[in-house]
Amino acid sequence: MTLDGKVPAGPLAEKWDRRQHEMKLISPANKRKFTILVVGTGLAGASAAATLGELGYRVEAFCFQDSPRRGHSIEAQGGINAAKNYPNDGDSIFRLFYDTLKGGDFRSREANVYRLAMLSNAIIDQCVAQGVPFARDYAGYLENRSFGGTQVSRTFYARGQTGQQLLLGAYGALSRQVRAGTVRLHPRTEMLDLVVVDGEAKGIIVRDLVTGHITAFAGDAVCLCSGGYANVYYLSTNAMGSNVTAAFRAYKKGALFANPCFIQIHPTCIPASGDYQSKLTLMSESLRNDGRVWVPKTKGDRRKPADIPEGERDYFLERKYPEYGNLVPRDIASRAAKEICDEGHGAGPGGRGVYLDFADALGRLGKEKIRERYGNLFEMYEKITGENAYSRPMRIYPAPHYSMGGLWVDYNLESTIPGLFVLGEANFSDHGANRLGASALMQGLADGYFIIPRTIAHYLAQTRPGMVKDDHPEFRKCGEEVSTRIRRLLSVKGRKTVTEFHRELGIIMWDLVGMERNEEGLRKALRLLPELRAEFWENVSIPGSGSALNQELEKAGRVADFLELGELMARDALHRNESCGGHFRIEHRMPDGEACRDDSACCYVAAWQFRGDDREPELHKEPLVFENVELAERNYK
Amino acid sequence: MNLDLYVWRQNGPDNHGRLVRYEARDISPDMSFLEMLDVVNEQLIRNAEEPIAFDHDCREGICGSCAQVINGVPQGPREKTTVCQLHMRHFRDGDTIYIEPLRARAFPVIKDLIVDRSAFDRIIQSGGFISVHTGGVPDANVVLIPKDDAETAMDAAECIGCGACVAACPNGSAMLFTAAKVTHLALLPQGRIEATRRVCMMTEAMREEGFGSCGNHYECQAVCPKGIKVQFIAKLNREFIWAQAKQLSGKREKAG
Repeated sequence: MTLDGKVPAGPLAEKWDRRQHEMKLISPANKRKFTILVVGTGLAGASAAATLGELGYRVEAFCFQDSPRRGHSIEAQGGINAAKNYPNDGDSIFRLFYDTLKGGDFRSREANVYRLAMLSNAIIDQCVAQGVPFARDYAGYLENRSFGGTQVSRTFYARGQTGQQLLLGAYGALSRQVRAGTVRLHPRTEMLDLVVVDGEAKGIIVRDLVTGHITAFAGDAVCLCSGGYANVYYLSTNAMGSNVTAAFRAYKKGALFANPCFIQIHPTCIPASGDYQSKLTLMSESLRNDGRVWVPKTKGDRRKPADIPEGERDYFLERKYPEYGNLVPRDIASRAAKEICDEGHGAGPGGRGVYLDFADALGRLGKEKIRERYGNLFEMYEKITGENAYSRPMRIYPAPHYSMGGLWVDYNLESTIPGLFVLGEANFSDHGANRLGASALMQGLADGYFIIPRTIAHYLAQTRPGMVKDDHPEFRKCGEEVSTRIRRLLSVKGRKTVTEFHRELGIIMWDLVGMERNEEGLRKALRLLPELRAEFWENVSIPGSGSALNQELEKAGRVADFLELGELMARDALHRNESCGGHFRIEHRMPDGEACRDDSACCYVAAWQFRGDDREPELHKEPLVFENVELAERNYK
Repeated sequence: MNLDLYVWRQNGPDNHGRLVRYEARDISPDMSFLEMLDVVNEQLIRNAEEPIAFDHDCREGICGSCAQVINGVPQGPREKTTVCQLHMRHFRDGDTIYIEPLRARAFPVIKDLIVDRSAFDRIIQSGGFISVHTGGVPDANVVLIPKDDAETAMDAAECIGCGACVAACPNGSAMLFTAAKVTHLALLPQGRIEATRRVCMMTEAMREEGFGSCGNHYECQAVCPKGIKVQFIAKLNREFIWAQAKQLSGKREKAG
């Protein structure tokens, strides 16, 4: 299989215009004849469903939460990037493009990233028009702040709840279309399979999470906006329900999975406090604007942070990266923190934590200003740890946060299955091997508001509406497969809970396919994971039935897919013989310990094709071609 | 620490529910309330019993999924704290804790602690948005917004739609929820244009869904995990009266 990214010809800045011109349109009268299934109602899904509805398509929108307002995007705190250059500090579309590409360690598609930067400004305009209450100055203008991996202030924010406000904006737009009758909502409904007819995506199988009913939905195209898979590590900053099932089912139906090993470990999370820990809480990276990261110089120093004099503190990020200091990109900050803790300098339980100290900023700006900027984050920290960060430094530690990898899509966001489009975190496209802060919201909304409405029309224009109905035999077959799988899960009646398996999976993934990887560890993971998977199917315990609300059953289906995904991640990490971004192979590092890329051998997207449960997946490579930037060493010193 | 729990168990909307006693053993004070329930559930599963069903997702106090009634108080005893952010260090060893679903006519119980809050979605669908299509909007800095207005709009927009306000209200009113959205949008120049229509539609939707009216008990504000203020209800009332007056005068104009 040759992977064609379908990148338009011509100069970088004209590519998207050209593509828009090349693509077919559908007349308003014909749009209403097409049905589009949108899976997930986070930023990507809600913005896509709303915009497609506005255009006149019939949209069916699905989410497993009880309301579309609760997608995991709602947790995003810090902000959203745009190249507005309002502060006049030298920003431009090209600079946002270059920062994002460099931040991703040159493992993303140049044309995609440029388009993202280009659309960023329109997103801010759109959100303001929807009533998103971004931060403003006393003259009424929008405010900006800076984020990791950049030297300009281009991040727009709404206190520490930017994701919430953007999602409520998109949810408002979606609600408007529900009222208009163009969108039908299906909350508490989970996609369990993709239906492919004659090689094209024509429907999905869903389970009603309240009644347990399995239903088939036919459509003319499917948009997967189902988010990322960081929960494969069990403990992550993702919402408890975030899962890979929809994307993984599509992978098993023929969509290629790209760069699965590219995972972002976020540097500023609240450390775990015990074995019962169910998830980890992120503290927005924006805190690194005013907080200084340090550890005691003396190993195993157990004194209170206030008792450690200035001269005995190691501000290791400022020391190692003087130019960017505490604002180095996430992967670098995370690795530096883990390294220094592994050396024995860590603070708090188990020595797994570094200090994030606001004393200087409090002295410089005063408590009121700090409260205005980060008040809710300080409150959240106090609720969880019982400690007051105004008077003692926070303790932070890295945690899995975002998956750069995802289903492979071309420039039009179409997967290798025609008619299956993948948006937001669920696709692999724009962040390469590492995502910069405040770029996920940007990508989700660019995909949903501005890209998919154009590209899906081009696909639909080449099909006949309503070509496949849900009485097609393939729907019955898929529905039966889904029911059989559920029955199989329920019939195991073993002795271990789903959570116990998930926790074990998480430990294997964190230890062997986590922040640092090596060949030996990855081979070990590839041995351990199939064993754990086999044990799962023989020994998992799921009470209750499939014909009612059953949260253990929901979890079990998701963990079953995570168990397989973990293996794919390990395989991908093993094959990629280089270090880049979030993928750090200890065999490949510079003399100073930094990641060592291999542009001659590894400058490609690794896309994996499923070939059956008992066979290894097949690797396909899409070479990455850079026409407009020079591949540079990613230096933040 | 060890705790005695009395948890509401109800199989489905049409079944009768009852409080069932469970023991929560070896609970760490650093656990969140939901992690304590996780521990109880793991034990139930090991005994081949059905675990307690409850809604939860982000566990960071922002998605609004997890509202429960703890010892009679929606979202539990701590001020401005969701259940997922409530930690066991605020309880004492040997405490007895009653855990129930949100109780309101407009929120039927689905199972155990899970209720159907889709009425909130329908209130928003009735008009809780600004009617703008994607694209074709002005530059974000063309319309300036006074900082105070933007900040107050944000205070209102912080609502997470958890429903605690409804369960706390003796009238089962959704006024605080609706008022937060009405205020957020009415304070912004972009949302002002539709403010009259919006407040009428949302108020009507509220009534249709079976929510009661505000009786100035302020219980909603007391339990709100995001500190949404009852002043917004006053704003809603002013908007509503203004809208009614406008409609009346509109009718007279037509009649004349």
